[in-house]
Amino acid sequence: MAIEFELNGEAISLDVDPNMPLLWAIRDIAGLTGTKYACGKALCGACNVHLDGQPVRSCAVPASIAAGRSITTIEGLSSDGGHPVQVAWREFNVAQCGYCQSGQIMTAAALLERNPDPTDDDIDLAMSGNICRCGTYPRIRQAIHKAAEDKS
Amino acid sequence: MSEVRKIDRREFLKRTGQAGGGLVFAVTFGSACQPDVATEGPVAKASASVMPNVYVNIRNDGRVDIVCHRSEMGQGIRTSLPQIIADEMEANWDMIDVVQAIGHEKYGDQNTDGSTSIRRHFDLLRNAGATARDMMIAAAASTWGVPAEECVAREHAVHHEGSGKSAGYGDLVDVATGMPQPDKATFKSPEDYRYIGKPMDTIDGMAFTTGGAMYGIDTVVPDMLHASIERCPAFGGTATGYDEAAAKAVAGVVDVIRLPEPTSPPMFNAQGGVAVLASNTWAALEGRKALAVEWDRGANATYTSETYKKDLIASASAPGTTVLNRGDADIETDSTFDAIYYAPHLSQAPMEPPAAVARMNEDGSCEVWACTQDPQSARNTLAGVLGLEKEQVTVNVTLLGGGFGRKSKPDFIVEAAWLARETGRPVKVTWTREDDIRHGYLHSVSAQYFRAGMDADGKTVSLLHRTAFPSIASTFAPGVTGPSGFELDLGVLDSPWDVPNMRSETCEAIAHVRIGWLRSVCNVFHAFGAGSFVDELAHLKGRDPKEHLLEMIGPPRKIDPADDGAKYTNYGQDLEQHPIDTGRLSAVVEKVADMAGWGRKLPDGHGLGIAVHRSFLAYVATVAEVSVDEQGRPVVRDIWICIDAGTVINTDRVHSQMEGAAIFGMSIALHGEITARDGAIVQGNFDTYPVVRMSETPTVIHTHIMASSAPPGGVGEPGVPPVAPAIVNAYFAATGKRVRELPLRNMGGA
Repeated sequence: MAIEFELNGEAISLDVDPNMPLLWAIRDIAGLTGTKYACGKALCGACNVHLDGQPVRSCAVPASIAAGRSITTIEGLSSDGGHPVQVAWREFNVAQCGYCQSGQIMTAAALLERNPDPTDDDIDLAMSGNICRCGTYPRIRQAIHKAAEDKS
Repeated sequence: MSEVRKIDRREFLKRTGQAGGGLVFAVTFGSACQPDVATEGPVAKASASVMPNVYVNIRNDGRVDIVCHRSEMGQGIRTSLPQIIADEMEANWDMIDVVQAIGHEKYGDQNTDGSTSIRRHFDLLRNAGATARDMMIAAAASTWGVPAEECVAREHAVHHEGSGKSAGYGDLVDVATGMPQPDKATFKSPEDYRYIGKPMDTIDGMAFTTGGAMYGIDTVVPDMLHASIERCPAFGGTATGYDEAAAKAVAGVVDVIRLPEPTSPPMFNAQGGVAVLASNTWAALEGRKALAVEWDRGANATYTSETYKKDLIASASAPGTTVLNRGDADIETDSTFDAIYYAPHLSQAPMEPPAAVARMNEDGSCEVWACTQDPQSARNTLAGVLGLEKEQVTVNVTLLGGGFGRKSKPDFIVEAAWLARETGRPVKVTWTREDDIRHGYLHSVSAQYFRAGMDADGKTVSLLHRTAFPSIASTFAPGVTGPSGFELDLGVLDSPWDVPNMRSETCEAIAHVRIGWLRSVCNVFHAFGAGSFVDELAHLKGRDPKEHLLEMIGPPRKIDPADDGAKYTNYGQDLEQHPIDTGRLSAVVEKVADMAGWGRKLPDGHGLGIAVHRSFLAYVATVAEVSVDEQGRPVVRDIWICIDAGTVINTDRVHSQMEGAAIFGMSIALHGEITARDGAIVQGNFDTYPVVRMSETPTVIHTHIMASSAPPGGVGEPGVPPVAPAIVNAYFAATGKRVRELPLRNMGGA
């Protein structure tokens, strides 16, 4: 069954089992590998994408959820890596291995959409669903504050 | 610092697969991890170029390829390695392209393990840059007919002061082509460094923030099958039955293949199991669920952690084999104190689980793409398993989504290659998180016994240390009954304590799972044991823990474990060049205490703890500030780390490694525990094997790098060992409760 939706601003039709998790539809079928698998159980946030602007864990929702809606992945967050969150991430050299950072950035971008000037506690609350094994959390906090400044 | 090679919009779209709406059916690598596909080197065929050595390729448009022969897993080697070469060759940073090496002996040691990338390659890389620079100078001198000594290289060009002539590196390529490759060159003076010792932006920053970074799990090869493998819950067991038809009935499933039985010892081989191959990952996972494999769990079905723990503690409580002896540790003393410390198995749990793609070519050769820490050992292992010559195996190294020692072992690449040969199609093997936690190479469970004897003045005059843990050697050899070899270098034979009577012993421990490296390896539990015990002695004596720690380290001196009959190998490096220097050890203790405001008045219910450890030729001291929440759970309020790693390359990445080590160490101290029941690992994902999250992390991790001109030591691992004892010691200072077993969450919960 074909699922029609908007992926990073472009109309797309994916012929997949509607029960396939959105993560695998994005990675294996649509071929966008920036969205990462790390737990498969909605425990780590590496697979976070935006569904109509809201962050969702793509490993834990079926592809069918996308039908008629708009999905944004890390590849579509900006055309040139110029989203304030992406820019701040580079300014603070947040990434170590980089693997979880797509999910971190998507979660942070959604946070700033609903809360343009988050406190440390707001950031902790929003970001604690995202695991980073390299331990980049202090720089993630700094970068979110900086992105908030740059956006305002 | 400028971003290396800005990505334009078109390239960005191409790389991320957005062009044409999505389908990507090609091996796609961005510059974030461009593999060296030509075995003869990374020569850009489109333009003329010259290679002064295997690490440098200078193109006639002036751009310089620098080959990174070490694996990138977050330590920043793809930035710091080019820093060294570019500095010595006087190359401009914005003219550098980093090319990832395939696995090949021409590059020398590629095993990205043991925090060796800088400490063992600094001179080699400086020489690669310096000889490239001299080649450019020789080409310019020959063009101008002037002595090379009159020419200097600066800012990507050669200049002749007498004539005022200058030539850019790109313009010298034609002349340099065919000139002899210089073997050796003079190194720059450290005061002339442009990049070494400076904070440089991560070279892959753009790729990391745009989804363009390519890891092993991201590799796509045309006509590829996706495989997921059900493995025996206990290592070494055998499948006695499974429902192949049910798996094949799942839409998208193409094949079901049983893997060869595991070997004993396990080595780097596949561990058996039943693979489901499908047109996409999810179909493979669904097919796997339908397999309903029945297992004979085999000899390790007896492995249950509760029982094993008792045996291991009993083993460490009885005399073992002496591996270090100074004076008489059994000498009669005024008082004695002893304690036993226990730490469980751990899983490395890199965010990217093991994943690899393999393809068998028509000519019988094999090509793989993998997140491997050690492409040469992968290549050799694959050649052995497939019955090929090494020259027929190409190992492309992707980025690693974390490694922490797990990806030193190529077993997952072997699985992919074996399945590719069986099916005749390219195969990607993706491990699930549960596979990773249950079927990996675990960090050893350990028990240690310490006994100290004090004289009438309270000075420690004797020390006995026994350690018992299943050895990594058991993964590679039969009949291994306990710790040995290099493992004893990691916190047993290199004790810094200024105690006249000291003995270290190893005690028996048998492995029932595959044992492997985890970031800083045996230093993790040895530093936990020693760091806790020395703190316990301080409190027993009523002494300030920091002052007591310095007294235990004693006056500045260089320790040679051979003086105490120990066979010590000093992380494979010369003890003269990299001594066990107690002066440097004390200096990081003093510095970190200053940073943390040791001795200041703390808020009620807070405590400070301190620990220090030398590992991988670097010295690291840590202070933690801990309080407890309403439920009595420890809260790490702050962490300070001071490292002396000798000469450092990228100061920003050294800071980031210390920040990461603090958080990795927090996970070990607070949460980390893998247990077995009837041979099967109990934990499976981040719910049952939690790691530290942002809400648990101090707002800032305070880090300091000691200025030093000593030869470089390690950086990736040495930050980890002192963290757990510092936290445990701080928890004691805050609560009066001494924790001798990790993790802390078992002691009232974290």
